[in-house]
Amino acid sequence: MNKIIEKKYLSENVVQLEVEAPLIAKSRKAGHFVIVKVGKYGERVPLTIAAANTQTGTITLVIQQVGKSSRKICSLNKDEYITDLVGPLGKATHIENFGTVVCACGGVGTAPMLPIVEAMKQVGNKVIVVQAARTKNLIILEEEMKRFSDEIVIMTDDGSYGQKGLVTQGVEQVINREKVDLCVTIGPAIMMKFVSLLTKKYDVPTVASLNTIMVDGTGMCGACRVTVGNKTQFVCVDGPEFDAHQVDFDEMMMRLNAYKEYETM
Amino acid sequence: MANMEYLKAERNESWREELRKSLKNKERIAISRVKMQELDAGYRSHSYDEVNLGLTLEQALREAKRCLDCPDPTCMAGCPVGVNIPKFIKYIECNEILTAAKTLKETSALPAVCGRVCPQEKQCESKCIHLKMKSEAVAIGYLERFAADYERESGSFSIPGLAENNGIKIAVIGSGPAGLSFAGDMAKYGYEVTVFEALHEIGGVLKYGIPEFRLPNDIVDVEISNLQKMGVKFIINCIVGKTISREDLYNEGFKGIFIASGAGLPNFMNIPGENLAGVLSANEYLTRINLMGANREETDTPVFFGKKVAIIGGGNTAMDSVRTARRLGAEKAMIVYRRSEEEMPARVEEIKHAKEEGIVFMNLNNPIQYTGNEKGRIKQMVLQKMELGEPDASGRRKPVEIPGATETIDVDLVVVAVGVSPNPLVPSAFSGLNVSKWGTIIVNQDSLQTDLPEVYAGGDIVRGGATVILAMGDGRKAAAAMHEAIQNQENNHI
Repeated sequence: MNKIIEKKYLSENVVQLEVEAPLIAKSRKAGHFVIVKVGKYGERVPLTIAAANTQTGTITLVIQQVGKSSRKICSLNKDEYITDLVGPLGKATHIENFGTVVCACGGVGTAPMLPIVEAMKQVGNKVIVVQAARTKNLIILEEEMKRFSDEIVIMTDDGSYGQKGLVTQGVEQVINREKVDLCVTIGPAIMMKFVSLLTKKYDVPTVASLNTIMVDGTGMCGACRVTVGNKTQFVCVDGPEFDAHQVDFDEMMMRLNAYKEYETM
Repeated sequence: MANMEYLKAERNESWREELRKSLKNKERIAISRVKMQELDAGYRSHSYDEVNLGLTLEQALREAKRCLDCPDPTCMAGCPVGVNIPKFIKYIECNEILTAAKTLKETSALPAVCGRVCPQEKQCESKCIHLKMKSEAVAIGYLERFAADYERESGSFSIPGLAENNGIKIAVIGSGPAGLSFAGDMAKYGYEVTVFEALHEIGGVLKYGIPEFRLPNDIVDVEISNLQKMGVKFIINCIVGKTISREDLYNEGFKGIFIASGAGLPNFMNIPGENLAGVLSANEYLTRINLMGANREETDTPVFFGKKVAIIGGGNTAMDSVRTARRLGAEKAMIVYRRSEEEMPARVEEIKHAKEEGIVFMNLNNPIQYTGNEKGRIKQMVLQKMELGEPDASGRRKPVEIPGATETIDVDLVVVAVGVSPNPLVPSAFSGLNVSKWGTIIVNQDSLQTDLPEVYAGGDIVRGGATVILAMGDGRKAAAAMHEAIQNQENNHI
């Protein structure tokens, strides 16, 4: 049982929870995720850690309401409890001074990007964030991103904030303007697919953090398997980050939809 | 493992002697072996109720008479945990069932579990004296289950005698059969035992792997609560090596660590189409149902309800999966196995139950490709026909392809049950640990001690994929060895 210390709406459908988890707060690194289960009959859902505070012994999770389980998590209030929380899971992000790093994120993928931006900056990289959303009020964590990065480029589908266009257009501008040594991308699978196609064209090494279906999150079930460079990999233990240019995103999207017809909304 | 002198002394106690005299061996042998009552196959293939119903008191008393109380009980040599088999059976014979249950608990942390899932026909019962006389073995497994169930239903649990608390803290990683058995023995020796479990439920494979129609979760929970009464502490949602480190354990004063993290990683065959939606590992399929309750209305976890389901493999996990698929409404639930029934590693009882429930056995078939529909869902599988050739390294006849003989069949769910590999998650957190090329932890065979002196390991993380009872045997062996090592250390300090 883990107590919720703070709850905040980042946008209409995106909730930020600060949760008591002192052991995880201490041991987690950028890129790690946790598995969350709410209630006796809840599903085990993987969520990437957005931030941690070792002083308060808390971690921050950002959840978008999309299905039954994410709605259940979002419906929890301050002082209520998450029934089961385990982690940190997965491999941490490989942090190194690459030179210039572009962090391309969209939707709720912005939250797990935050600790990566922070860690990349800390070791001396020039960090440029390209953040995208459908419309202005879906842009989240902008202030935090600004604090940790050298520059932030905002893209909206409808042009209501920043520039009008997709995340890929923002990334391409940066690549055309200066030498980019690494691109990190987190967001919906379709977005990561197109970021990957773009950076491949420009030969920019790219890392994608995948969020697939999982049950145990410890390598036991294989629900999360993806094809990377013609080899089957488990996102939970081999990832969640992989060389984006090697990931079979089409297969990944198919597998993400596997249980759609069984989900009771 | 057993002290023969002590066993003899017990056997010579007057009540045992009198009991032996009460009936001639000839009369005992003449009694026919009891038949386990089972749920009707038609009913049970749609229900999750336990298939085996257990013995009645009358049946148990009669079956207990069949045991000759041999001076040299060979059955015990066939038991990895060394249960005092004649003693507990003779207590049943004189209708002291609670004492029989207590006898079981002297050596086994989980008698109600062992009585259900142990392959007795390959262990204790395979060494029964009856077999030498062309008679069926005493139903030791059924009697074990009877005594454990009787005690549970009576509500008067006996707690095994515990040595005085010595204040020494011991950590166990994993709450499956190896971990539980180790924890039980260490608690008896007087240690303060804490078991760390990665999942949200205690029991490991007993909970996520074995279906409820074979081993109800309530039965496992009762055995766990017995351990709790013995002072064993359980911490769920905690992965040693991730949530806490090995150093954290030392800093908290733990003096010994037993790694029993199991063989969690499912094997796949790496054939085309294996990553289509609707192709699952047996671990995923069974975990969704057994651990997450995906077959029940009130839970949020989804599962595929296939109509034409193929399970790949011929072991107990394959049988568990195929019988589960049948219960979840499969019209055609198939076992696809590359050898013949004779080579199947599954228990004879499981194969028998599966057949009664209408499972289709497609032996001498090996999948070579899966194809999907436009949505990427599994639609068909291509099977390569096989025949048996010369015996291979395992002594079983090797399956060889019949050139050009293939068959394509429609399926809407495929469950791959072709074995598991050790999960590297825990071993990788212990630097200095010696690990084989298969990922199993290398230990001293006698003590189960690893290259790190205070760390022992047992169960599937050492064996790579075996049975509940062998894991439990490892737990006992490691506990005895660790206890001895710690005692020697303490004595040297004085």
